[in-house]
Order: sequence, then C-alpha cells, then structure tokens
Amino acid sequence: MLTIDNLQAQVADKPILKGISLRINPGEIHAIMGPNGAGKSTLGYTLGGRPGYEVTGGSVLFKGADLLGLEPHERAAAGLFLGFQYPVEIPGVSFVQFLRESANAQRKSRGEEPLSGGEFLKLAREKAALLRMDMDMLKRPVNVGFSGGEKKRAEMVQMGILDPALAILDETDSGLDIDALRICGEGINAIMRRPDKAVLLITHYQRLLDYVKPDFVHVLAGGRIVKSGGPELALQLEDEGYEAVAA
Amino acid sequence: MSQALALPSRSNEDFRYADLAALAPLWPVAVEEIALGAGEHRALTITNTGGSAAVRELAITLAPGASLALHVLNASPAYGRIAVRAELGARAEFTLGAAQLAGGEATLEIVTHVTHAGPDAVSRQVVRSVAGGAATANYLGKVLVRPGADGTDGEQSVRAMLLDRTATANARPELEIYADDVKCAHGCAVGELDANGLFYLASRGLPPADAKRLMLQAFIAEAFVGAAEEEALQEAALAALEALL
Ligand SMILES: Nc1ncnc2c1ncn2[C@@H]1O[C@H](COP(=O)(O)OP(=O)(O)OP(=O)(O)O)[C@@H](O)[C@H]1O
Ligand SMILES: [Mg+2]
Repeated sequence: MLTIDNLQAQVADKPILKGISLRINPGEIHAIMGPNGAGKSTLGYTLGGRPGYEVTGGSVLFKGADLLGLEPHERAAAGLFLGFQYPVEIPGVSFVQFLRESANAQRKSRGEEPLSGGEFLKLAREKAALLRMDMDMLKRPVNVGFSGGEKKRAEMVQMGILDPALAILDETDSGLDIDALRICGEGINAIMRRPDKAVLLITHYQRLLDYVKPDFVHVLAGGRIVKSGGPELALQLEDEGYEAVAA
Repeated sequence: MSQALALPSRSNEDFRYADLAALAPLWPVAVEEIALGAGEHRALTITNTGGSAAVRELAITLAPGASLALHVLNASPAYGRIAVRAELGARAEFTLGAAQLAGGEATLEIVTHVTHAGPDAVSRQVVRSVAGGAATANYLGKVLVRPGADGTDGEQSVRAMLLDRTATANARPELEIYADDVKCAHGCAVGELDANGLFYLASRGLPPADAKRLMLQAFIAEAFVGAAEEEALQEAALAALEALL
C-alpha cells in the first residue's frame, strides 16, 4: 500500500525527516509514537504534500505509484486521507458544501459518476451517525466554533465520507473525552479495518490503541524511526518512556 | 462652472487611484439623486458586470428615520467606479454592502462620503474586494460626524484579498468626528487566502481553483448578508469569481 524509502524532508530550510523507511501493507494498522518535535506531523504533512514541506531525498510509493509527484488533491483522489492534529477553521464554507465538492472531485478523477445532493446527504448522515455527530454540525462552517474534541470527531466523519484506502491520523485522540475516544476508535475500526485498507496512527498514548489495535508500532525520534515492534512496544513505552526504550 | 466639468486629477483625493484614461470619455458624470423622506425605507442594488467602463455618482439624502440599503457588485473587466455621497438625518440608517471582483487590468473602486448630520443615525459599510492579475481594487471612504450628531453609530469594515503578487488593493477608511457619544468602528485589512485553509481543502481532494473559489465566495458573501436580493447577488458574484480564477 505505502512504501516509504529513506525519506528526507525539510521545513523552512531546516531538515526534519532524516531518512525514514516504512512499509505498510493492505490490512495493516501501524502506530507511530515519539517525543514532541520528533517529526511525526512533518511526516504526515510531507506525505499529504503540504506546501513548504520540501522533500530532499528518498521516495514514496502509494499503491505502487509515485506519491511525491502528485498535488495534494491528487493524493486524496488516489486514496490518501490526512487527519489533522489541528484541523483548520474555514469561515463561511460549510462542511456539507466542501465535502460534497471534494468527494465528487475525487470521483470525477477516478471516472465515477458524481453523487447527487440527496445521495451525498444520505452518506454524510450515515457517517455522522456512526461518529454520533449531530448532522446539523456539518451544515456549519468548517470547524469554526467547534471544540477541540468536536473537530477531531468531524475529521473522522470526513474520513468516513471520503472512504480512503490509507488514512494517516495525526493525534486523532488528543482533545477527545472518554466517550468520544471510544466512539472515534470504533469509528476508525468500522471505516478502515478492512483487508484492502491501511492506517497510520500518530499518537502519544496507549488509550487510542486500546480501541484501534495496531499490528506494528514505531518510535520516531529526531526525524528517524529508531525502533519498531508489535503492540507490546506501545505498552512498554507507556511504562518506561521514550528515553529508556528508544535510547 | 467650467471647473466642475474639468476631469479630476490624481491630486483630488477621491480620484487618487482612479483610471483617469478610462474616466475621461465618461466625464462629466451625471449625479443620480436619491432622496428618502422621513421614515421612508428603500433597498437598491447596483450590479456592474458589463464589459465596458461604468462610472456612477450617487447623492443620497436620508431624512430623519429613513433607511437605505445599498448593495453593490462591482465586477467590470474594465473601469468600474461607484461613488456615493450620503447625508443622514436623525436616526437615519445607511447600509452599504459591496463586493468588488477585479481581474486582468481592471481598476474597480468604491468611494464614499457619509455624513452623519443628525443624532443617532447609523451607517454600516462592508466592502470586500478581490483582486487578481494586474488589477486594482480601491475603497476610499470618509465618515464625517457633524457637530450635534451625537449618538452616531458608524462602521466601516473593509477587507481585500489579493490573488496575485501583481494585484493591488488600496483601502482607506477615514473618520472625522465633531460630536459626542459617537461609536465608530473601522477595520481594514489586505491579505491573501489562508494557505492552511487551502491545504486543508486540497487534502480532502478539492482542486486548488475550487478551493479558492469556495473560500472567496465565503469572503464576498459577507458583503451581501441581509440584502434583499442576496441570492441573486451571490450567484452573479460567483459567475464573476469564476471568470477571475
Ligand atoms: N514552519 C516551520 N519552521 C521551522 N521549524 C518547523 C516548522 N514546522 C515544524 N518545525 C519543526 O519541525 C520539528 C518537527 O515538528 P513536528 O510538528 O513534525 O513534530 P511532532 O513530532 O508532530 O511533535 P508533537 O508530538 O508535538 O505534535 C519541530 O522541531 C518543529 O519545531
Ligand atoms: Mg505533531
């Protein structure tokens, strides 16, 4: 699904990713943990194609094709979804409006028929219900006035609507209350746990991994993956901390 | 009166950024008088989307308690100038909601002189401009609060969005106050589309031109909130916007 080979990237002329290699197969869930400033979000943004995140070396294949040459919207159409650590507020543009256009732009690039207004609303309602989000919230401007937890939940609703092949979820658990954590965890499983899909979860805590059980856990520190293991690695990190485990 | 007929020069503040070459063949411009009697209400829409230069001069007089809501879509591909003089009596209300969409080499401008002549009058001006290419969008707006016009409430909210480095926006809200207990707010900002927002929309699969269109549509819509012909204005603005992108 995703093959990252020796990826190096810089932001504002500052090297952040210093040679990351990672292979994610269909059906797998990977977790990336690591100290603040390690480069986890940078990895997500670089894979998403955010302007200002300059690739200086290495390669990324997504479903066998070069990912790095694609524009951000083309990466989305290819099946990549990026859940933001800090979802962006966009005044005056409603979720429903932009998501329908986004979904249809994706469909168009894949040669599929666009969803009608009714079909889209039905889909949106279904995914909002899955995440127990009030449908009325999707009629509001994108993330404006949403609480931190509501924003994260809205990210998952968007993921459900767009139905990606690979989701990179950057600290989706931060800001969620206890019930919302469970709902989002179950939502991720419902939407993404399929043999033809994969997830890269960026998180600081085991709590999300209790719901979304990873197959692999990696520690990212100083722009490199310094340790990889199974689900037990996350538990060990929680007990002993990064310094002890990944030194 | 030959002086009144002479083409203004740039030293005239109101014409500082005007396209004088485009103005010359249209000069002098006939002034359109709009006078509302006491307690009278009216809504007026000006849509300037034709292909040739268009220059309008409005002289508005609002008697006590009268109200006028003026909405403007200034989106000519040539020169578009809408100049408004408004004199507000006691408790009169003047609303201006204007959007300007300037592309190519167009110069579009809104020039206002709002005078609060009596007490407790309200004036609200919301102007949203988008300029791309080598275009220029201007807002020059003066609010004068005369002695005795106590309790005045005046607002100028002026924002411009530049799509290209080669585009220009001039925004100059001004206040002159000679009365007491006056509430006047003016905000003015020239900027670019939020790059974070654009990336967020793109990350969901929205092509860049569509992402820009959605964000600009929302930006412009602020000028038409509450307009009698809000929907028609939005639609006309959207068409002009698409021509810009
Ligand atoms: N625009 C920027 N200019 C300069 N440095 C930047 C910029 N953006 C990120 N960085 C730096 O890159 C490094 C990695 O940041 P990143 O956000 O990827 O960390 P992270 O692992 O996601 O941390 P956290 O756990 O706190 O979310 C940090 O040192 C950060 O200061
Ligand atoms: Mg981060």
